[in-house]
Amino acid sequence: MLDFSKNYFELFGLPVGFEVDSNRLADRYRELQRAIHPDRYANATGQEKRLSMQGSIRLNDALNTLKKPLLRAQYLLELKGVNLETKGASITDGGFLMEQMELREELAGIKQQADPYDAVASLMNRIKSNIQGLLREISEQFETDTPQALKQSQETVSKLQFLYKLSTQVEELEEELDEAL
Amino acid sequence: MALLQLSEPGQSLAPHQHKLAVGIDLGTTNSLVATVRSGQAETLPDEQGHHLLPSVVRYLDEQIEVGYEAILAATTDPLNTIASVKRLMGRSIEDIKILGNRLPYEFQQQETAVPRIHTAGGDVSPIEVSAEILKVLAKRAEASLGGELNGVVITVPAYFDDAQRQATKDAAQLAGLNVLRLLNEPTAAAVAYGLDRGQDGLHAIYDLGGGTFDISILRLNQGVFEVLSTGGDSALGGDDFDRIVAGWIMQQAGIKDDAGHAMLRRLMRDACAAKEALTDAAVAQLNIELEDGNHWQGELDRATFNQLVEPLIRKTLAPCRRALRDAGLTADEIEDVVLVGGSTRVPYVREMVGNFFGTPPLVDIDPDKVVALGAAIQADILIGNKPEDEMLLLDVNPLSLGIETMGGLVEKIIPRNTTIPVARAQEFTTFKDGQTAMAIHVLQGERELVADCRSLARFELREIPPMVAGAAHILVTFEVDADGLLHVTAKEQSSGVETRVEVKPSYGLTDSEIEGMLRASMAHAQEDMDTRRLREQQVEAKRVIEALASALAADGEQLLTKEEREPIKKSFQHLVTLSESDDHEAIKEAIEALEKSCEFYVERRMNANIHKAMAGQKVENFND
Repeated sequence: MLDFSKNYFELFGLPVGFEVDSNRLADRYRELQRAIHPDRYANATGQEKRLSMQGSIRLNDALNTLKKPLLRAQYLLELKGVNLETKGASITDGGFLMEQMELREELAGIKQQADPYDAVASLMNRIKSNIQGLLREISEQFETDTPQALKQSQETVSKLQFLYKLSTQVEELEEELDEAL
Repeated sequence: MALLQLSEPGQSLAPHQHKLAVGIDLGTTNSLVATVRSGQAETLPDEQGHHLLPSVVRYLDEQIEVGYEAILAATTDPLNTIASVKRLMGRSIEDIKILGNRLPYEFQQQETAVPRIHTAGGDVSPIEVSAEILKVLAKRAEASLGGELNGVVITVPAYFDDAQRQATKDAAQLAGLNVLRLLNEPTAAAVAYGLDRGQDGLHAIYDLGGGTFDISILRLNQGVFEVLSTGGDSALGGDDFDRIVAGWIMQQAGIKDDAGHAMLRRLMRDACAAKEALTDAAVAQLNIELEDGNHWQGELDRATFNQLVEPLIRKTLAPCRRALRDAGLTADEIEDVVLVGGSTRVPYVREMVGNFFGTPPLVDIDPDKVVALGAAIQADILIGNKPEDEMLLLDVNPLSLGIETMGGLVEKIIPRNTTIPVARAQEFTTFKDGQTAMAIHVLQGERELVADCRSLARFELREIPPMVAGAAHILVTFEVDADGLLHVTAKEQSSGVETRVEVKPSYGLTDSEIEGMLRASMAHAQEDMDTRRLREQQVEAKRVIEALASALAADGEQLLTKEEREPIKKSFQHLVTLSESDDHEAIKEAIEALEKSCEFYVERRMNANIHKAMAGQKVENFND
């Protein structure tokens, strides 16, 4: 039975913070799954099967949250008592919003390009480099850990949401292109 | 030792007794059974030495033929001889029509959505047909291993949806098998390859069988097989190659579209033979018996064949691209491509797949056997024959799961390629004042519109206390277990009204139907339901007794005080005594009582395991 009162960082024995050692995370996840995964209890009693499934589900949730930077940032803010659902931070950065509009226009025009795959790759690169920049920012904001910095980090989270959503849409478009082949 | 005090004199409770477990590859064209013997996985042959069992079942008045015997009748008795039944698993008649198959069977639509095929032996569902194949394989294994099977692992295409998985599990239940796990076919193949080579890294498994196509991308790291993504087409395979060749022959030979069932069966057989011949030969000779008794002769060369099947092979590459994208990888990052399934014998498949991944594909294990071998290895571990083995398989759900929301749209709750087991919840609310019921429609698929996704189940949450619109908090939880099967619960938070559904009614059998079929098959075997229930409870009791005895032997002394051991010991004795009785109700109660009395002990054991896993990590930390 996993201790459900532990937060995801404690579960893996990692320090609470935005920077996560991904190798260590993966190693600990594997060790814990080896101990608790339903395959270890395939021939056990019904009760053991249930407990092992609950534990394994929790581990998968924890890994998924800590592995993905956006989910990790949201989870950290939650741990710090910030309720993101009621106060989805608004974006006041005009330059960022302008760039979002440009990126969206670029997305809308991809199908008309001579080489749409090339256009997809170039748009994806732009989105990825924007995401990288924001991840560096948010890492510093969590590092600083002042109320001011945390407030900024919420806006960064909103910006990241924008960009990840966009990258999903680019992937969907790529899938459409594949299907048309 | 606690163990000795607990067991009856003369009763063997050796904790690491070798158990009989097999892996079964229930294929579209052929099925196999394999087991691990003296550390080696091997497929088991029948008395004539055949390893493959053709997945063909023939229903006669009084008897059922399976395999080679049945295949002989495929062209002379097509209506009673059912082949490629896997393509019908978990499907409705509408689905089957959409598949565009020219299926030579007479379907019988009954009250439920499960189609039944009309045969001389009665109307049978695809689930029953599959159960007949499983029974033959289980019997073969029991004869060869010399005892009753303790558990089986059955493989399914990774891209099988919930209905298809559930149908497979139902078939196993009907065949009286204890299913340890439904295992995805590509993952099984990876196990067979991975253990052979012990190679850590990124691998792609390209599995083109008789009727299904799967692609899985996975990472192997120190015995852990982590599936990163999977994709495919659950209605594309070697059968389609045959069909396209058969179509070409019809064109060449001037055979009309309205040819009879027997003619079509012969065409499919001859097309398949030509395809197989072209694996080694450059030209295949054709000699087709026409309906008027005359013969048409011709030939099919490899270049023409390649041209015919290229669109089908190309169709497999789109899921490959998507799987790579979902895994966040490019083709050149894949170290090995493993080919699985009989259809990968086609040279042009090997060529195109090799080109796509930029590496010559691996084919060193027989592509027909590799899935069964991997399943056997997994079964051996799951049944507990290798308690020290480090192997672990982490698989994903192949298709997104969601529910219908306003406007005929699907809201995804669990996206595709999420590691299982997984549970996700989403809150919904009422949209009318005083609304007391809410319909929940569960869907599977990637598209936004309900109409484009597969409907898995519909159910209703009732008795919601009347409130103003938007005030109710209805939490819908989706849980996908390690077999990839979905369970859905809905709960109104403020009142606690809860509904739980096993997502099976739409295309699966209801429990009463399964019971009915069991009754029918029992009638033949001169056995009644009570006997079966008793046996089930006795087997379960034995399992619980063994599990607990070995647990207590391992750590009963450390984890429990003498006072705590007493009540467990008492209910344990009670179950041991009752387990030989013929009262299935009493055995069931005794099992439940025992499980209840050791609830806290089971939790302590799991905690101890977790601590052990974490402690191992801490030691490593000191070393880095």
